[in-house]
Amino acid sequence: MNDVELRELVPRVLSVLVCRGADFATAEDAVQEALIRALSAWGDELPADPAGWLITVAWRAFVDMTRSDAARRDRELRVDTEPPAGAIPSADDTLRLYFLCAHPDMSPTSAVALTLRAVGGLTTRQIARAYLVPEPTMAQRISRAKRMVSRAGVDRPGDVRTVMRVLYLVFNEGYSGDVDLAAEAIRLTRQLAALVDNPEVHGLLALMLLHHARRRSRNQSDGSIVPLADQDRSQWDTGLIAEGIDIAQAALARDQLGEYQAQAAIAALHADAPHVEETDWRQIVEWYDELLRFADTPIVRLNRAVAVGEAAGAPTGLAALAEVDDDVPRREAVAAYLHEKNGDLELAARLYANAARNAPNLAERDHQTRQAARLNQHLQHHR
Amino acid sequence: MAKYLFLKHYRGAPSPVNDVPMAQWKPDEVEAHIRYMNDFAARLESSGEFIDAQALSPDGVWVHYDGEGRPPVTDGPFAETKDLIAGWMVIDVDSYERAIELAGELSAAPGAGGEPIHEWLEVRPFLAAPPTVTQ
Repeated sequence: MNDVELRELVPRVLSVLVCRGADFATAEDAVQEALIRALSAWGDELPADPAGWLITVAWRAFVDMTRSDAARRDRELRVDTEPPAGAIPSADDTLRLYFLCAHPDMSPTSAVALTLRAVGGLTTRQIARAYLVPEPTMAQRISRAKRMVSRAGVDRPGDVRTVMRVLYLVFNEGYSGDVDLAAEAIRLTRQLAALVDNPEVHGLLALMLLHHARRRSRNQSDGSIVPLADQDRSQWDTGLIAEGIDIAQAALARDQLGEYQAQAAIAALHADAPHVEETDWRQIVEWYDELLRFADTPIVRLNRAVAVGEAAGAPTGLAALAEVDDDVPRREAVAAYLHEKNGDLELAARLYANAARNAPNLAERDHQTRQAARLNQHLQHHR
Repeated sequence: MAKYLFLKHYRGAPSPVNDVPMAQWKPDEVEAHIRYMNDFAARLESSGEFIDAQALSPDGVWVHYDGEGRPPVTDGPFAETKDLIAGWMVIDVDSYERAIELAGELSAAPGAGGEPIHEWLEVRPFLAAPPTVTQ
């Protein structure tokens, strides 16, 4: 059993403890303790029932923690060593765990950290490394989030919308450190999709798979960005693309459109084109119009302007861009691209330079700087 | 989930409201200031927002490459430069608004007369990793 298969068992084990009446915060610590023991105890031989083993060990750890806690507080408290009978968690209990960890009172940062630990089974150290935060800071973040769940969670957990937002945030963080957050987000979204019958969850899963399929071609080995049009499509993972398209189509067939399904449809249209010239930009624009009904954000309007520029030509794209607020991040980059396409190279070069200066991350700054340098060199040669 | 740098300046920032050099504060005012700074960092640690805090010596030099086979050229100290960084704090917070709120609290550290210094702090966002979903 590898690390991921072991962590698959975490939500169920934690649900059992909570069902048996353990408080959430201590139960979660106990499950982590059981995971650590499993890693050393299962070296050569798996127990016949790994989940049962984890439940037994986690329950004992919970009892020990509660006792030493009670002793510390010098208070009489009796906890049964033997777990109460019955209490078998259902799929709904596991789903509830997702909801608790995405509690609406929690900040996104806290919900992300708690979900990765309590549902994903990652250690605090792994989560801290993934988010480039010191381990004590991450430990505090998680224990605050757990206290909030213990305090307020039980009567008013989050819902599937808040859970999807948390998983989307994890996915979008991409890859940093020794944990592949994108893969972890996909794993947790798969689990969620098996627990709840909601086409938007399937839309989110499809969206993740379709983006994940392109990851190898998205960057060069030095981390520099390769734009969609220039990506080596032979590197795209056709298996993931096929799966993503299937899931997206099945969700869309249920006729309950939402923002994740619309985004998945756009990603599917990109993934489906063997060459960039074969991209069905007209249909992509239509999906952006659908997406606007659910998420009328400046970023969606900005991306729509790019698609309009491809579908109907640069002047029409620039007209669509004119409706996007000036202060939207990456607007100058899009303006530069459309003006270059429109043949206004001097203006495009200036806009690329501005886009570089205002880029929200280093890879994009480098990318826009290269674009500006490329155009400026071209202009010098043709003066 | 965004990291911000708070920069404290020895020189180069606009003058604060309570502009008395630290050496002229009463000893208990100095103590109160140091305690405030430590408490602030501890509070951020317990809220899960603290990344790092460092102070810098003012004694820096300029250095530059001077060609193959030659030692680097040094120049300084910075007596003539306008801007001098005293130290920094790095935080990881949910929003820009939260970063500004925390910088405001840090700037309220007590100085002479036990009154807030109103020191100007420079707040700079980190350039992070690019997001996965861009289209």
